[in-house]
This record gives sequence, structure tokens and C-alpha cells, in this order.
Amino acid sequence: MTERDANETVLQVNGLCVSAQNRKRQLTPIVTDINFSIAAGKVTALIGESGSGKTTISLACLGFARAGCVINAGEVKLGSVDVLTLSNAQRRAIRGKDIAYIAQSAAAAFNSALTLNRQVTETAVINGILTQTQANEKAISLYRELDLPEPETIGDRYPHQVSGGQLQRLMAALAMMCDPRLLILDEPTTALDVTTQIEVLLSFKKLIRNKNTSAIYVSHDLAVVAQIADEVLVLKEGREVEFGSIDNIISNPQHEYTKELINAAHVMPEQLPESRSPLVDGDGLDALPLLIVKTVTAGYGRSHKYLALHDVSLEAYASRTIGVIGESGSGKTTLGRVISGLMQVKTGSVALSGQPLDDAINLRDREQLRSIQFAFQMADVALNPRHRIAKILGRPLAFYFDLPQQAIDKRVAELLDLVELPAEYAQRLPRELSGGEKQRVNLARALAAEPKLIICDEITSALDTVVAKSILALLRDLQNRLGVSYLFISHDISTIIKMADTIAVMRKGRVVEYGTTPEVMTPPHHEYTQLLLNSVPAMRTDWLDNLQDNTFSNQ
Amino acid sequence: MTLLRLIVQRLLLGVAILFVVSALIFIGTEILPGDVAQAILGQGATPELLENVRIRLGLHDPAPVRYFRWLGNLLSGNLGTSMVSGADIGQLLGERISNTVMLASATALIAVPLAILLGLLSAIKPNSMTDRAISAVSLSLISLPDFLIAIVLVMVFAVKLGWLPAIANLRPGQDFFTVARMLVLPVTVLVFTVLAHMVRMTRTAVINVLSSPATEMAILKGVPRWRLLLVHALPNALAPIANVVALNLAYLISGIVVVETLFNISGLGRLMVESVTTRDIPVVQVCAIIFCAVYVLLNLLADIVAIVSNPRLRYPK
Repeated sequence: MTERDANETVLQVNGLCVSAQNRKRQLTPIVTDINFSIAAGKVTALIGESGSGKTTISLACLGFARAGCVINAGEVKLGSVDVLTLSNAQRRAIRGKDIAYIAQSAAAAFNSALTLNRQVTETAVINGILTQTQANEKAISLYRELDLPEPETIGDRYPHQVSGGQLQRLMAALAMMCDPRLLILDEPTTALDVTTQIEVLLSFKKLIRNKNTSAIYVSHDLAVVAQIADEVLVLKEGREVEFGSIDNIISNPQHEYTKELINAAHVMPEQLPESRSPLVDGDGLDALPLLIVKTVTAGYGRSHKYLALHDVSLEAYASRTIGVIGESGSGKTTLGRVISGLMQVKTGSVALSGQPLDDAINLRDREQLRSIQFAFQMADVALNPRHRIAKILGRPLAFYFDLPQQAIDKRVAELLDLVELPAEYAQRLPRELSGGEKQRVNLARALAAEPKLIICDEITSALDTVVAKSILALLRDLQNRLGVSYLFISHDISTIIKMADTIAVMRKGRVVEYGTTPEVMTPPHHEYTQLLLNSVPAMRTDWLDNLQDNTFSNQ
Repeated sequence: MTLLRLIVQRLLLGVAILFVVSALIFIGTEILPGDVAQAILGQGATPELLENVRIRLGLHDPAPVRYFRWLGNLLSGNLGTSMVSGADIGQLLGERISNTVMLASATALIAVPLAILLGLLSAIKPNSMTDRAISAVSLSLISLPDFLIAIVLVMVFAVKLGWLPAIANLRPGQDFFTVARMLVLPVTVLVFTVLAHMVRMTRTAVINVLSSPATEMAILKGVPRWRLLLVHALPNALAPIANVVALNLAYLISGIVVVETLFNISGLGRLMVESVTTRDIPVVQVCAIIFCAVYVLLNLLADIVAIVSNPRLRYPK
């Protein structure tokens, strides 16, 4: 590890333009005229919504453009060398060695057929920098530094044998193997659970500090970026919106879009939303719950061998929202599946408006099916790519209401209006819509059945913060207008607090805390609720450093 | 160990399948029109003679009794005798099996590596000139009927140029060079017929792997292209490739009647077809069992390759 001059510029990007190229060699710009530089040991964040070109820029820094794209102008100077003028072989030689890349989803980026050690040490060994034995030793020391369990033997495992958070840290070890001058982190924590995200973030920060490496950090979440970056480049539609130090950007944003990003970040609301009064029925008595889930135990495999839910009970009220929060594997999606009848219970019962629901979906009558609708996390996958929106929305109308075609068309237009989409969208295919628009169609499809309850399973977690915020506003608006109830499933406690009237905190298939939002949010918290609360980054640059000293230091 | 357990499980399943198949074959030959005694003695046989033969062969016993007697004989290695020639089926098969296996293995040794190589070459740059050329040639070769290719090759290399023999008269005791010379033309025809299928499958499987985020990651960490293909992509594409290779090898054992006939090689496929035309039921039954066993065994091998090449199956969580 050589000492580097603190003022030395490691990367200088000038006038970078990347375009998409079609078969006729016509160019459509993706990013235009990007300029920034990174000094030794500093971290620059690229921030913006999906499609803003942040990944394209970071890949261009490696001299790489995805299939169908070309880097058509500008220079990327690593030290004194312009990466873009190098031959393919020369570019290959600096990749992994001088500039290392950490991909968004480590689970997808690791080759499932090779052992972890082989992949971590590969660049160093094939470039002849280290022998296999030396590389293995170095890998072990990196594993230790990244707080991976069993550092001596974890490298002999295959990717599927370690957890998502561990994979992301192994990817960091892979990147640091040759002590690169520049590290590119492309949304490295987006696919992780909130508590894991903090641990991984801490590991990255420690690594960058210890090795005095420069880094580009790509993210859509300003609160996360605030913990690690020195400077921020805000991007929109492939152009620079604002560039400045992280403190300036947070405390004194100049551009409207930056302000929007700050507003939409996943941070704790300053105060709890006003709690809504309990509903009363006609006689002035407290209304009965719409949905009652009573001591449900359910699992997967033959005769529920692998239990995913233990003794879960909760109640949902008409035109109110119940938030279910937990990390992956906590059973929150399974709960949604049980309520909707996609999965059968082992013991326990589900009742809607006082009527017990059969747990098998094919035994529920049409009215019961209509009452509970499901909005899935990935609108991309949940919408049939070959059906036009009119057909997607028309199907539940025909199924539940036996409407004639003319009435269906009219209702489809109403539904689109309800989710604030133009009526012309009826003739579009899902791929002609943006991510947020697809999620709106997804909601409109659930609304088409005029349900009493919509199960929203992580419907905002695949969206950018700004888009997610608008979807949440839409959900609230629809509730006020239509009186529909939500079972809102999320892993993000800050979103849940903004949405829910009651909260169920789930962990390992059990409800560990349950009550109205003010009850759950008032200390003392359950230990796990506290951990979740501590995992939400604040829009301050010192949040992670302070946190390190108390909650996560002993992990 | 899980892998061993899995293999044993599959093997037992394969044996079970063979039993089911033996029953199906027996039922199938039962349904076939014609009377075995009549077939043996010919049209002019007297009813008394026919009756005698039926009693001697036990044809009056109920079908299940005859099935289990046949199966028992089969299992004890007594394959029975041919109705046409009266020869022992075991002896009849011996030479033909060795001919067929020689032809099939020579073809496989050339076709499998060649197909994987061409598939990889195509997959490096889909829709490039190389890819199109490989696709065009291999697809034309599979589209032409094998007898046509065979006849053309024989015309050119055996008749006009006189370089190679036109038929492959395989006999025991021939030296290696003679056999190799005789096999060139039939093996070439067979390579042409099985190549395209394997090339296309390799190409598709590798392209699939190459479009994954893991490939982009490997490029971004500076892995050279050849290494990307051989070390990163191929292990992940092995399972589908093994499947199509197994299917083609099974075809080489059982289905190459035309090539065997054209080059006058006495092999298994030809034996089966000849036995069907002469209603030599015992031979047909044994051949069918052998072909089925080959399919079961090769598919088992492909499954094992798929398991060994996939750590998720090898080391379940």
C-alpha cells in the first residue's frame, strides 16, 4: 500500500457523453456532458432516479458501455491515462486492478458455479500480481477486515451458501484484492435488508478509509449517500443538475430536483402522522374489524414442514391501513398469501366482515375473492407483457361484474383517471410505461374489483424515492375517496410510519410488536423495533459515525 | 452423501422404468397381428403341426405367465433364440453391438467437441459473420437427408476419387488402419446429422449465460474473453448441453438404420428393422430393451453431469 498525495486527482471525467445506438447507427443520448473529478481517498456520489444515467457513467469510467450503447465523446482520465483511448486489451488490464467495480446485486453478479475464493482472487492471479497462495492469504485478511464469519474457510463455499449481506461484502473483498486506485460502488446496498444495509455500509466506509481509496458511489437514496460521500453529483435525465459537497447539497440545495430528492428520502418523519379516530358504526359503537387473522400458523413444504408463520394474529379496519414490517424471511409476504387464500393455514383462521374465509382460494366464492385484492411488488413481472393495459384492467371487470364491452371501456378509463394516468394509456403495452406508471396500473387492476382490502406487498420498494413518494400519496388519496383498507407490507419502517394506522412488527414468522402507530412508536420499543428504527439513516453526514459507537459496534 | 444418494435413486428409478418398458414391449408384441407358430412354420403348416409348436413354445399359457417366463429368462442372461435363423440372440447381438458402439463412439468423439467448439464460437458474438456461417452450414447439413449426403460422399470419395472404400465391411480381426479407413465416410455422415442440434443448444445455453449480470461483472474485473467463455460461461451451460449430447448419443445407438444399410454395416438399428420385417419377435423385444436401457443410462449420465456442474444441487443449503 503506497502513500498517496492527498491532493492528487485520481479520476477526472471531462465532457463525457454516452449514447444508445440503434441498428441504423443513429444515436440517442443517454448521458450528456458530464464533468467531475475525484481526489485521492475521496468519495463522490452519483445520485438520481433510475434512467438518470448514473450506472452508465460509472461503467464508462471502466471504459465499458453496455450492449447497444457507445461512449461517443469525452475523456475519463485515471491519473494521466485516458481510459477511453486505450485498446480493449489495455482496458482489460486496468479493470479489477486499477478500477474495481462492485455490482448492485451481488447475488446475481457472482458466478454460481465457481467458489467464492476463485472469483475473489481471479483478477490478481490472472494478471500475475499475486500467486494463488498469496492471493488466498490476502483474501482471508480482507474477509477478516470485512467482519465476515469464518474468514479462513468462507472462500471455499459457493455463492448460494452465504447470505446476501455477506455476498455484498465478499464483492467488496473482490474489488479490494488488487488495491485499486478507484472503487465503483453501484447501488451496493439497495438489494439488502435495512439492518444489513447499515452493516455493509459500515464495512465499505471502513475499507475506503483504511486503504485511502477513492470511490464513486451510485445511489438513489440521498440519506444513504450522506453517510459515505464527500461530494455529490445530482443527475437527471443524463445531465448534471447540481454538484457540490455533501454538506452543501443537504443543507442548501439549489435545484428543485435536489430538494425533491431530499424530501423523498427514506428518513424518519419529523413527527408521527395525526392518528385517525377509531371508526364508529351506525349506533355510535366502535366499528368491528374488517379482517381478523386469528392465531394463524402456516408453512411451506409437505404438511407445512417449514413454518413461515407462528401464531400470528392481527385485525384490519375499514378504510384504515395496517402496516406489516419485517426483513426478508420474516413471513410478511406469507401472511399476505394466507389472507388472499394463495396459501393454506396449518392452524388458525381468517375472517372477513365476520364471515370466516375458506383458506383455499378455489373454495372462496366470487364475492370473497373480489373483496381482497393483491398488489405485487414487481409491477414489471405482475403485468402480462403482451396484454395492453385495457385488457389487463378489463379482465377483473369482466370476471367480477360481467360487464358488457362498452361498460368495460368506460370503467377502464375511470380507473386510469383514478390512478392519475391519461386515458390513452389503455392502448399501451406495459413496456411502454415507466416503473412508477406500471405500479399505478398494478394498483388500478386491484381497484378494478372494488375490493374492501388491498394487500400491498412492498409496492414501493422497487421504485425510486421520488416516484415511491407519489405512489404513497396516491394510496392515501384513494383511501380517503374510496374507503378501501390496505394491508401494507414493507421492510422500510419510515414508509410504514407514514402510511399505517396500526403496525405489526414481524420477525422470523412471529409478530413481535403490535399496536397503533403511536403505541408502537412510543418508547420503550421492543428490542427488534428499536433495531429497525436505528437502521433508518438520518439526513445527516455524521449519523453513521455516531451510530457506530452505540448500536452496531458490537456486531 | 447427497450426490451418491441421488445417483442411486435415479438408478433405481431407471431400473423401474426398464421393467415398465419390458411390460409395454411384451404387450406391444402381443397385439401385433399374426401367430408366432404360423410365422415359424409358414403358410403350408398343418393344424396339428401348428398345435404342436404352440404347446412346445408354451403359447397357450396366459399372457402374464409368459411375460414373467420371458422376463426371468432375460434376467438370467438367456436372451432366447431367433425365430428366423434359430441362432442364439446373445451371439447374434455380440458382433452388432460392438460395430454400433464403435461407429457411435467414433462419431461422438468427433461431433461432441466439435459441436461445443462451434457453439462457443457462435456465442461469442451472436449474429456476427462467424455465427451466421456456422448456423447456415450446420442447419443445411441437418436439413439434407442423411442418405443423400451419404450417397454424394460415396460418389465423390469412393467412386470418383477412389480414396475411401464405399462400404464398411467390418469383421473381427481387421487392423486399426483398415477399420479407420472404412469408418471415415459413415462417421462423417453421422457427424453431419447430429452436429447442428448440439451446436444450436450450446450456442443458446452459452448466450443465455453470457447475458447474465455475472458475465458483466467478470468483464468488469478484467477477465479475458476466452477465460470468460471456458471458465465462467461453460460450467453454467453444461447441464443443457449434456442433455442434448445424451439424446444424440442415444440416437446414434438406436436410430442409424439408413447409414448402417448404406455402408453395409451390421449394427443394432439395422437388426431391429430387419427383425420387424421378418416378425422375429424375440429379437425385436431384446433390441427394444437394449435401446431403452441406452436412453435411460445416457439420460442418467446427463443428469449426473447437470448435478456435478451445479453447486446448488451438489451442496444444498
